[in-house]
Amino acid sequence: MTSASMSPASPSGREPAQDVALAVRDLNFHYGTHHALHGISLDFPARCVTAMIGPSGCGKSTLLRVFNKIYALYPGQRATGEVMFDGRNILDDSINLDMLRSRIGMVFQKPTPFPMSIYDNIAFGVRLHEKLNRTEMDERVQDVLTRVALWNEVRDRLNAPATGLSGGQQQRLCIARSIATRPEVLLLDEPTSALDPISTARIEELLDELKEEFTIAIVTHNMQQAARCADRVAFFYLGRLVEVDTADRIFTNPREKQTQDYITGRFG
Amino acid sequence: MPHERSHIVSSFEQELEQLRAMMVKIGRIVEEQVGLALRAISDHDESAAEEATRLDPEVDELEREVESLVIRLLALRSPMGADLREIVAALKITGDLERIGDYAASIARKAIKAASGDGQISLSGLRSMGRLVKENLGRTVDAVIAHDANQAMEVWHADRGVDEHYVTVFRELVTYMIEDARNIRACTELLFIAKNLERIGDHATNVAERVYYAVTGENLPTTRPRGGSPTRSLGSDEDVG
Amino acid sequence: MTVPETSPVASSRTGRSVPDSGRWRPGRKAMRRQMLDYLATGVSIAAGSLLLLVLVSILWTLLSRGLVGLSWATLTHRMGPPGSGGGLSNAIVGSLLQTGLALLMAAPVGLMCGIYLSEYGRKGNHFASVVRFVADMLMSAPSILIGLFIYQLLVVPFGHFSGFSGAVALAVLALPLIVRTTEDMLRLVPTAMREAGAALGAARWRVILFLCLRSARKGVTTGILLALARMGGETAPLLFTSLGNQTMSTDMTRPMASLPIAIYQYAGASYEDWVQLAWTGALLVTFGVLLINITVRLSSRH
Repeated sequence: MTSASMSPASPSGREPAQDVALAVRDLNFHYGTHHALHGISLDFPARCVTAMIGPSGCGKSTLLRVFNKIYALYPGQRATGEVMFDGRNILDDSINLDMLRSRIGMVFQKPTPFPMSIYDNIAFGVRLHEKLNRTEMDERVQDVLTRVALWNEVRDRLNAPATGLSGGQQQRLCIARSIATRPEVLLLDEPTSALDPISTARIEELLDELKEEFTIAIVTHNMQQAARCADRVAFFYLGRLVEVDTADRIFTNPREKQTQDYITGRFG
Repeated sequence: MPHERSHIVSSFEQELEQLRAMMVKIGRIVEEQVGLALRAISDHDESAAEEATRLDPEVDELEREVESLVIRLLALRSPMGADLREIVAALKITGDLERIGDYAASIARKAIKAASGDGQISLSGLRSMGRLVKENLGRTVDAVIAHDANQAMEVWHADRGVDEHYVTVFRELVTYMIEDARNIRACTELLFIAKNLERIGDHATNVAERVYYAVTGENLPTTRPRGGSPTRSLGSDEDVG
Repeated sequence: MTVPETSPVASSRTGRSVPDSGRWRPGRKAMRRQMLDYLATGVSIAAGSLLLLVLVSILWTLLSRGLVGLSWATLTHRMGPPGSGGGLSNAIVGSLLQTGLALLMAAPVGLMCGIYLSEYGRKGNHFASVVRFVADMLMSAPSILIGLFIYQLLVVPFGHFSGFSGAVALAVLALPLIVRTTEDMLRLVPTAMREAGAALGAARWRVILFLCLRSARKGVTTGILLALARMGGETAPLLFTSLGNQTMSTDMTRPMASLPIAIYQYAGASYEDWVQLAWTGALLVTFGVLLINITVRLSSRH
């Protein structure tokens, strides 16, 4: 756990509230020759839920994937501009990706339980970054499972394969797995689109609790969900940020006509 | 405010149109009620008074229909943005219009009672107040129908005139009562009528505020322009703006 | 409600629909389609039955001819001259040794090659497409050709046949199978799994080894076992490499017996007991392969 400047937050105390967790400035993104994001500038306030909405292909998921540089897995995808996180531009090549990703967690659209036990699913990520003894690890597992309200459901079968859980449970396990490495930012890419309404409600409830501690960026196609969960909402269209404002404002009285047309279902 | 583009879900668009049609209908009926009530005052027209009272249940029925349609729209369509504002505004506007209808019916009934007096009392002040109220109401309903924020704002400002008229009429009627105690019965009825007209003006202002919010998404300032309160102005002439 | 009952939209909708009476009357076309459907179903059932019939008759012949000769002596005695009461023990040991060694050579290389193709050689990588193409070629190459190739490579230079060269030939045969199944199975692992691993801060090799390979392990094992089964039954690559041997030998540098070769040698002989041994050998090979297949089935069920 020694790194020059990007050390993960200490387990106990967090740094005093920084106002902006992620500051995006003039960000451009290319998939090969396709220019997917055009000059995005956007702040993600700390310990707030920021939702990104917009029609398919508008670039909202792309933006999310810039924050943990997951796009770097694929050749031909490149981002230029500035994404300031904890005083550094994460787009710099000098950024240690593994360390960055331990501080910025991500949950995907479809639940992706690893092919191992429930316990190991959570321990997997923790072991990458921390050396914990057995009791510490047990505590960590119990802690995160309790926080995602899964502990009571799985306490008797921690060693059972995670693939045996229901979809909603799997997704909560994935969230638990992401917060187990104690990140500061949590990225959620349509986390409930594959879930039933009850599981969705549970995840939304969970987001409300998690935002006390994490900065959350969520991409969703469900506007009601954005309205319910988000403090701030950013509307994207054709790779551009059209408007960002409080959820109240966006859903009752957006400034831009494009936003208005989109949220009222009048998009051509 | 009606969007240039129509909604992707055409049945939603149809329901919105239905709501707008209902608003037009209820607005026009209430306008007619007020007109009838004014005729009852100035012409002592009993049939007009009866007609104004007769329209009341119709307005109530329409209000209930609007209410159920609005609840349906909110529950099934989860409207957002301008749609949401329009639908919620429609609900509140209908409430105000229904109250205006009630006042109109009440004015009509009182007008017949007041007419049993000996005709010594000049009704000119009340008449012109009535005309202004009716005109304001008409423009308000037009603003509702046309989703016209500017017109709503104008009506909102124009209510000041109604309040000023009310102060004048109030003083006038009190003077009549002081002059001759036999006028008291009729003047009391007329005072109530004036008060009701003033209330109609207030409700019309409320409607104008809703229209303004529905169209622009912004609220008008919380303090409305008011002509002073008659009782206070009577005691001292300080302007209560 | 204020809106009239028959709005223009509603009436245009009903106007568009076909009159009800015409809709459910089965026309000639519908009848013909129905007949075609029956015909196609019938033909496919017939084809399926034919396949089953062929397989069952093969198994039946094998069982009826082979079981007679299956005895303890067959399994413990080595091959011998006709009438000497010989068995197949040296061929069984030879087969196990050669396929075992071949698997040890082919499996690691095949696995790594499959991982390379799936994880690093995605589209646009020319070297990977060449490797993939060669693997496909090798998979469809006649096995006798592979035998000849190894003969030139490992037999001619050393001057004698050897069990080792047989194992190499078998390994060459199994390699493309393992490569392609490994690649295909790894490709079935959702991209989200790789991204989820990377998103936790896991290095690529860790993601591949602990997440991808682990979730594809059933398919990969299946591929390896199927390759094993394939090797166990091959004769052609062994003809020019390990040649066959009448005596019990575990020396990989010398010619070595194997079941397929034994079957090949004995089946055409004019001695009754040799022919019987050939049938028994065939039965053993078939059951070995069957056993592997059943293992695959059972293991993939969990």
